[in-house]
Amino acid sequence: MSFQSVWFILIVVLWVGYFVLEGFDFGVGMLLPFVSRNEADRRAVLTTLGPVWDGNEVWLLVAGGATFAAFPEWYATLFSGFYLPLFLILVALIVRGVAFEYRSKYGKAQWRQRWDVAIVIASALPALLWGVAFANIVRGVPLEKSASGSIEYVGGFFNLLNPYALLGGVVTLTVFLTHGAHFLALKTAGEIRVKAHDLAIKLGLVAAVSAVAFLVWSNLMLPSINAKFLTLSVATALLWVAGFGANYLRREGWAFIASSLAITTFVTGLFVALYPRVMPSSLGAQFDLTITNASSTDYTLKVMTVVAVVMTPVVLVYQGWTYWVFRKRVSAAQIMHPERGVLDTLPL
Amino acid sequence: MQALDLARWQFAITTVYHFLFVPITIGMSFLVAGLHTAWFRTNKLKYLRATKFFGRLFLINFAIGVVTGIVQEFQFGMNWSSYSRFVGDIFGAPLAIEGLLAFFLESTFLGLWIFGWDRLPKKVHLASIWLAATGTIFSAYFILAANAWMQHPVGYILNATKGRAELTNIFTVLTQKTAVVTFFHTIPSAAFTGAAFIAGVSAWLIIKKKDIEMSRVTLKAGLVTMLISFVLVGISGDLTSRVMTQQQPMKMAAAEALYTTTESAPFSLLTIGSLDGSRSVFQIDIPSVLSFLSTGDFKGVVEGVNDLQAKYVTQYGPGDYKPNIPLAYWSFRLMMGFGFIAAFFALLALWQLRKGGTPKGKWFAPAMISLPFLPLLANSFGWIFTETARQPWAVFGLIKTADGVSTVVSAGAVLFTMVVFTVLYGILAFIEVGLILRTIHIGPRPEEDYPVASLGGSDTRPLVMSY
Repeated sequence: MSFQSVWFILIVVLWVGYFVLEGFDFGVGMLLPFVSRNEADRRAVLTTLGPVWDGNEVWLLVAGGATFAAFPEWYATLFSGFYLPLFLILVALIVRGVAFEYRSKYGKAQWRQRWDVAIVIASALPALLWGVAFANIVRGVPLEKSASGSIEYVGGFFNLLNPYALLGGVVTLTVFLTHGAHFLALKTAGEIRVKAHDLAIKLGLVAAVSAVAFLVWSNLMLPSINAKFLTLSVATALLWVAGFGANYLRREGWAFIASSLAITTFVTGLFVALYPRVMPSSLGAQFDLTITNASSTDYTLKVMTVVAVVMTPVVLVYQGWTYWVFRKRVSAAQIMHPERGVLDTLPL
Repeated sequence: MQALDLARWQFAITTVYHFLFVPITIGMSFLVAGLHTAWFRTNKLKYLRATKFFGRLFLINFAIGVVTGIVQEFQFGMNWSSYSRFVGDIFGAPLAIEGLLAFFLESTFLGLWIFGWDRLPKKVHLASIWLAATGTIFSAYFILAANAWMQHPVGYILNATKGRAELTNIFTVLTQKTAVVTFFHTIPSAAFTGAAFIAGVSAWLIIKKKDIEMSRVTLKAGLVTMLISFVLVGISGDLTSRVMTQQQPMKMAAAEALYTTTESAPFSLLTIGSLDGSRSVFQIDIPSVLSFLSTGDFKGVVEGVNDLQAKYVTQYGPGDYKPNIPLAYWSFRLMMGFGFIAAFFALLALWQLRKGGTPKGKWFAPAMISLPFLPLLANSFGWIFTETARQPWAVFGLIKTADGVSTVVSAGAVLFTMVVFTVLYGILAFIEVGLILRTIHIGPRPEEDYPVASLGGSDTRPLVMSY
């Protein structure tokens, strides 16, 4: 296997890691007002993310950095081309991170409500836009060779808002909502758990419909049937049904595992449909960015492979261990004086 | 304005802003780890209180550092895609390694530290803040190696067909002189910055007669750290300027507004009047010092701007190879000046604190309040100098900044994102400073003094830390 293919796979791994992990973060953020009745509930919900959200987001930074290192042409064309959607994602991620860290510092209701609104919007926006962006990549966007020889995006912003891509956005939005509900049902106790369980049923159905429509459309869109993509699409559907069923039967751990796996097969499937292209052009295959014409040299890829092979397992071990350390359910009753902030003058 | 100018402004704004938070974070992570260790060893409550109080300030800062760092990872692709295509084979690797090695370590173990007070054995909990701090060092090393490659490209060949630079030796890139001296200049500066913050806050608590027992300890620790790191910053700064003179003589000449090549060149302390090469109105010079700073020899020859310009035209073709000279001249001086003032205040305060004394005099309060800000200014001017005095190059001798900008992004789009980032960053700064001041105003909370390590326990036990 060529180093380019190895790096294609590694980048799939990074995006899968990102969407499985930050996917439930986004879901929990969006669900915040819908699973909680009072401050204690809200703080319990946010505390389930507290120790892990930042580490989850690092998967995105590494995916970005690895794309820069392994496929600089892809990195350059994608991020300069999808300029505004990416910008909106960045703004949302900035606001969201700060909101998590700052919202409970003060007790004032207005202060907290504003941050809560920020958390909901800043979780929904990237959840939607990542789907739009990836659907566009799969569909193919107008790429052309520039005078200097580089392959550049020439489509503008509104070109990205086509029905197929918007459906993709709805899929990631609803899938992450359901995934977040599965996570909350697994990680909380009491009322929040019950609400999350009920919501996961409704959301899971909506996600299932949109995801099936999207996957059927995607499979038909390809010039010929791609057996691997088709298999992964079917696997995604089956895993989603399994997750839905597990949640229905209140097997919360299994439900979360199943939705994690469904996201894995979903994202992997899209990349498999692309391979060996990384960004197909809608203006002709001669303008496709592929793992060959977008990649770094073999030497760079080799260096990066060594680092990735050594470091990725270590990261997985300690990040996994964090989840083990914080494995216990969080309940609203455990939050002492939820209405007080550490920066209020009253004693804690 | 064109997309190029706007993209440069955007990079300057987002990067200078990001780097206000980075050095405080690096410095404070180690100091907080030190306080935590002191508590672990002695079991004295003042150390626990200091750990929690300064830990809180550290985390308020860290939050902004993290979120503004996300922009750093992607803005090369967004605004500088031609640059990214040209350097990606080399420049991307340290960035990716930084994420894999450093960001995961920092974020994961910081999460464990924040929420782990009652979930981890004491030793493991202590280890997690040290691992997070180690992560910041790794992060600094790899990003500085990437920047050093822009200052002085090594370990590459040019591929004319692909129109890009290609990596031939990663070890050369990671261990070249520029990377090493910059690292040893930046890390002590970060320690200096973090320590100045802690010292300033502690002094304020003493002035307000709050928690004096704790504050004396942290004030002394901060001041001592400042002075030690100041010496290291000075030594590495000296090495940095020598390396710079060899590799980027234009930068040194610009820093001194030295137009003609001179033997035994003087170091100019300040100039009133223009820096355009005509006679200045008023100038204070120290004879031969520039030659010593840049060559290690008082009689050394230092090349001047005009001679270098002529040399570069022959070497790289027609063009203007002069950076903005007044900017270089003043930012270089302001970097050193603010650092010196902060170190002077630290020395003065430490002198008065000796043998249990209390600092006296009207100077103390304003000096201590300014203490956290001075290193921030010094850091910013240092980087403004390093980056602007390399211009017109993005990568010295290889690619000009003007050739690095994205060709498909319109000026309007760059303007729009710049305005939004600036407004957003402004709002965040306002909120952040408000929280910091509030935290200082409230001071340490004695009710948090309970040492917690009751592992296990029931599921309904109150949480020590929650969002």
